[in-house]
Formats: sequence, structure tokens, C-alpha cells
Amino acid sequence: MIRLLFAALFASIFTTSQAAEMKLAVTTSFENSGLADVLLPAIKADIGLDVQLLVVGTGQALRLGAAGDVDAVLVHSRPAEEAFIAAGFGTYRREIMYNDFVLIGPLSDPANIAQATTADDALRRIAQAQATFVSRGDDSGTYKTELALWMTAGLDPDSFGPWYRAVGAGMGAALNTATGLNGYILADRASWLNFGNKGRLRLLFSGDPAMFNQYAYLPVNSARHPSVKGDLALMLETWLTSGRAADLINQYRIGNDQLFVFNATQN
Amino acid sequence: MSPLFPLTLRNVCVRRRGKSVLGPINLTVENGPPLVVIGPNGSGKTTLLRVMHGIERISEGSLEWAAHSPAKHSYVFQHPTVLRRSVVQNLAYPLQLMRVPKDTVSQACSAWLTKINMTGFGDTPATKLSGGERQKLAIARALIRQPDLLFLDEPTANLDGHTTREIEVLLGQASATGTRVVMATHDMGQARRLAAHVIFMKGGKIREQGTCEALSNPQTADLAAFLKGDIVT
Amino acid sequence: MTDILDGLIAAFWLIVTFDAVLWDISVRSLQVSLTALVIASAIAIPFGTFLAVQRFRYRRLAISVINALMGLPPVVVGLVVYILLSRSGPFGVLGLLFTPTAMIIAQVIIITPVIASIAHQAMRELWAEYHDLLISLNATKWQRIKTLMWDGRRNLLTASLAGFGRAIGEVGAIMIVGGNIENATRVLTTAIALETGRGDFALALGLGFVLIGLALTVNIAIHWLSQTEREGRW
Repeated sequence: MIRLLFAALFASIFTTSQAAEMKLAVTTSFENSGLADVLLPAIKADIGLDVQLLVVGTGQALRLGAAGDVDAVLVHSRPAEEAFIAAGFGTYRREIMYNDFVLIGPLSDPANIAQATTADDALRRIAQAQATFVSRGDDSGTYKTELALWMTAGLDPDSFGPWYRAVGAGMGAALNTATGLNGYILADRASWLNFGNKGRLRLLFSGDPAMFNQYAYLPVNSARHPSVKGDLALMLETWLTSGRAADLINQYRIGNDQLFVFNATQN
Repeated sequence: MSPLFPLTLRNVCVRRRGKSVLGPINLTVENGPPLVVIGPNGSGKTTLLRVMHGIERISEGSLEWAAHSPAKHSYVFQHPTVLRRSVVQNLAYPLQLMRVPKDTVSQACSAWLTKINMTGFGDTPATKLSGGERQKLAIARALIRQPDLLFLDEPTANLDGHTTREIEVLLGQASATGTRVVMATHDMGQARRLAAHVIFMKGGKIREQGTCEALSNPQTADLAAFLKGDIVT
Repeated sequence: MTDILDGLIAAFWLIVTFDAVLWDISVRSLQVSLTALVIASAIAIPFGTFLAVQRFRYRRLAISVINALMGLPPVVVGLVVYILLSRSGPFGVLGLLFTPTAMIIAQVIIITPVIASIAHQAMRELWAEYHDLLISLNATKWQRIKTLMWDGRRNLLTASLAGFGRAIGEVGAIMIVGGNIENATRVLTTAIALETGRGDFALALGLGFVLIGLALTVNIAIHWLSQTEREGRW
């Protein structure tokens, strides 16, 4: 009797799925938006494709693609994507949609960034006030955007004092830290809206085009890694750039806020 | 007549960490009544027994049995070791090691349980037995495989009179049925009761040996002092 | 404090409503950790016993190494297993990455030293007790090992359960080699990490309480099945 129980318990672990399936590495900011919960069932229903998401940082996603452990990646860091293609791991990038980054901070806004005119102005105020700022500090698209903004503001993070906290973690973990420290943080809008532990933090600044965040889809080069499912990756790409995807993406809301803007072009 | 005997020890020495613990020993052991080794603590009694049993390495000299067929020895330690199992499982263990068939094993176990007056204790965990009961179990376990030799290292040193008597009866029976008993003890009275041949040891060497009657007239001052109950150094 | 209360309530509702997702990840947690336990025990227990009984040249070194390996950081094991199983790695052709099998492999590596070390310690003590007796009874090497393992089985069970505890609560290695893929490689610990990252502490705690309950249930069930605390047993 006990043997039967054990057999049943372990049988299911080794059965393989019958549907077509592929692996897509995506960033934590994409996952946190909740958009995947809308898109994945639609993809399954429309083209019978089981997309398995690996949710990691941008750097790790591209690393998985380079190793051939996933079939495609969806990330938001153009320079890193172009390096990926230049190294031959992917052959092209396809823009799908964009969202934006926002500056989050304590309700009391000690650096007064709510009155800033541009994003780099806001960051300059934070640096001047030496207010606590939590940075992703990892290989993510969010972090790269943050660095670009510091550069525009003419500041070098390496010279910052202890008010600047680089956590080296995903978006959620970094937001948790910001709540705990009641500090400023740059986050993508979707992660912020879906975040469950806001504490005394509020959205203080947004709208600067420098904070727009472009997501691109990169199929992994199957010439480089024959085990990669190039045909399935192409199927997914076609769906992601279709009118159906456009509708789903543009209509996706958290509360009353639209998060993503579909901007794929047909080629 | 056991073809194993005589056992001859020639100039046997045992050294541990450079110190001589035993020897030189020159001894011939014939088959016969129980052999008792007496002497003060540290005189090398245990070492001699272990050498004869084959679990102590000789540094010098030779030890030879008359026949080279593998002999069945059993050894009973001063502090009885029991397996963490029931009494009957302890008894069965040596037979199981020898792959004796199950029916024979259960028969032998019942028989021996009776002989040591422990019927009804069959399923008791052996670790719950008293010292005396454990020692009886150890001896039964040693004898259940009908060994050619039974070594005992001060088996009744910590036991009450009643149990001691029971054990001496068992040893007498074993000796009568062909098991050669070799025993180390403090108790000269025990040697006498077992009608034994006696070896007196001191400082790792044999000082005197003979029958019990012979030794009641000691030839050496050491033995005389020992028999009187003095501390012999 | 309210977070903890919310967590308990969340756990209660998840269980009572037979939440399908909870069921899926709980069963997978058990599958992965119990399989790892069985495999690791099959390796570690005989090996630990052998180390206790057999004298060989580098024995002390082997024992020290096993004890030291208990401190292997799981996340490092996960990274190494990932590199080995990656498509770009030596065992990539097996296609094991991001499957429960990869998770089992990583956990076996992590818990085998734990089980071996505790098993060895238990067997060593028992061997010290049985040594003279078994030798004087002419027990063969193999008979000695069998006797030790049987008589010491309760301590060996403790060793195994210690390994199980390490496995069921592990998250670093299986996150890397499993990928925390929904419906495929997500288990309780990785789900907790995910929900914590989303800031949903109530749900994370709820899952945590379920995990604790699961671990306790497995332990109690195994103790009951082996009747460890029965009167007269040891």
C-alpha cells in the first residue's frame, strides 16, 4: 500500500508534457507587472504554445541566452542587447513595447524631487540632499537606466557617500529595502503598482522621456546552439508582434493605469 | 580429544609503545580441566588471554596450536557487551553469523534461555538487563555455538553470589562437554571450585603454575602474599 | 505582528480551499526533497558506516572532508550544477536544466555530506561498543556493517531526517538550477522567495507556515511508522 502511494507520488514528476513548449528568460520587472498572467494563457489558447518563464535579472537572462539554456529572451537594456547580438548569440532584436520608470520616495520628500523638471534634475536634488537612495546595483535594465540618468546629471555614483545603497538584488527585493529604509528608488511603473509593501513610500516623479523603458525580444541564435527551439521562438515572436498582442498589452491596467505601450513594427 | 592441543607458547612477548606488557612466556597448554589465570591487576592476565584468543599481536616469539584447522573460540569480557536487541536475538546472533538454519536456532535459543534461568525474558531488550543477567546472557551467547575454547576475563568480578554460582555451574557443564575453559580471575576460591589448573602471573610473567592443591603451598613469596590477600607490587 | 497573523490566516485559507497552486507546489516540494533524501541516504549511510568500520590510510582526512562539506553553501552548489548542466556545459546534452531532476541532483549534493557525517558519528559510537564482541565472534566485514546499520537504525533515521530538513527548506540552489518556472519547477521555498520579492508578505508567510507544517508532518509520520518512541524501544 505504501509502495503504491510512493509510486503515485513520484510518477508525475517524471512524465513529460505533450504540448509544444519553449523557455523564455524575462526580467523581474516584466514578471512583477503581472502582464505575463494575461499573455501566457492567451498564447496557449491561440497557438498552443507553452511558454515557460524564467524570471531573472537582465544580465542573467542574456547569460542564459548566450549559453543556449533558453530559446529567447525579453529584456529592456539596449546596449546589453546589442552586445549580445554583436557576440553572435542572437541575430536581431525586435521591439515589442515600452513602459516607463518612476522615481519613488518617502512621503516627506526631503530632497523635494516632486518639484524637479527633469529626471536628472531630480537625481541631482537627491545627491545634494544626500537623501537615502536604494540602487539595484546589479546587471539589470533598471540599473543601467539609473546609471545613464546619473551620467546625464553629471554625477558619478562611485563618489557617492553612504546615503547611496546598492543592494545587488531584484526589483522586489530592492523595493522592500527602500520601504525598510524609507528612501528613494528608481523602479519600473509596473513593479511599483503591483508592489504589496509600499509603507510610507509614494510615487514622486515621472514622465521624463529619458525614463522610457523599451522591451525587446531576442531569439537565441539557433546556428550557435542547435538545441534551441528556433521555430517555436519565431512563432512566439509573430504572436507578440500581432494585433492580438497589441490589444492585450495596450488594454492591460493596474487599477486605472495603463502600464505598457505596444510599439512593435511589422517588417 | 581435541586435536587443537597442545597449545605451545615459546618466548612470547607483547610490547605496547615500547613497554613490555607481557613476556617472555613459555607455556604448554594441554586439554583438560578449566585453566585459571590469577594475579594482581596489571599482571598481564588479560593480555595473555587475548594472545591465546588471537586478538592481540605478538611482538616476539611464537604461538602454535597442534592442529591448524580453524578453532571456534568464544570470549566473554569483564563488562558484558550486549547487542541493542532482545535477549533471544542476542542469543541467536552468533548462530545467524554462521548461517545456521532457523529452526535449529530457535531450538538452541530456547534451550539456553532455560539453562540460564531466563525463560520469559526472551523478548526483553538486552540493555534493560541487570549486570548479572547480562553476564549470563554473554556466557550463553558464547557457548551457544559450541566453541572449542571459551575465554573469560574476570566474568564474576562484579556479580552477586547467587549469579556467580549459576555461572560457575554453566562453566562446569561447558568444560564437561568438551569446551576448554580459560579464565582470568582474582578469586582463588573460584579456581578451587572449578577444580582448575592454575597459573599465577605477576609483572607480565608466569611465576608459578600447578593444580589448586599444589598452589596452596606457594613456592614464591609473591604468591604467598597474593593468597593471603596482600597487595602484590 | 499583524503580518504574522495575516500569514497564519492566509495559510489557513490556502489549505482549507484546497488551493490548486498550493497543492501543485507542495507536492513538487515533497517529490523533490523526498527523492533527494532517498538517493542521498542510499549513498551516505553505507559510506558513513564504512568510514566508521574500515581503517584505511586517509581515513581521518576523509572524515574531516565530509564534516567540512556540511558547510557547502547551497547557492554555490546550485551555480556549479547549473554550469555543468547548461547547454554550454559538459552535461548539457542531457537536457536536465530547469527540470525537477536538476533540483534533485543539486539537493543530493548538498545533503549527502550532512547525512554521512551524522551517520558516521552514530556508527562510530556503536562500533566502539560492538567492536570486541563482533571481532571475537568472527563476523565478516560485511556482517559487521549490516549489524551496525540495523542496530543503529534509529540514529541513522535521525541522520536522514536531518538531511530532509536541509532539503525541504533549501532555496538557493534549486532557484538557480530549477528556474522557479510556474507549473514546472516551482516549489514552496522558491514561491516564498517570489512572493517576498513582490512584497506580498502575508502570502509568503502563509506558504511558509504550510512548509513548516509539511516538514513537521513528514517527520512525525516517519517517527510513528518506525515507532521510535514506543515504550521499551531505544
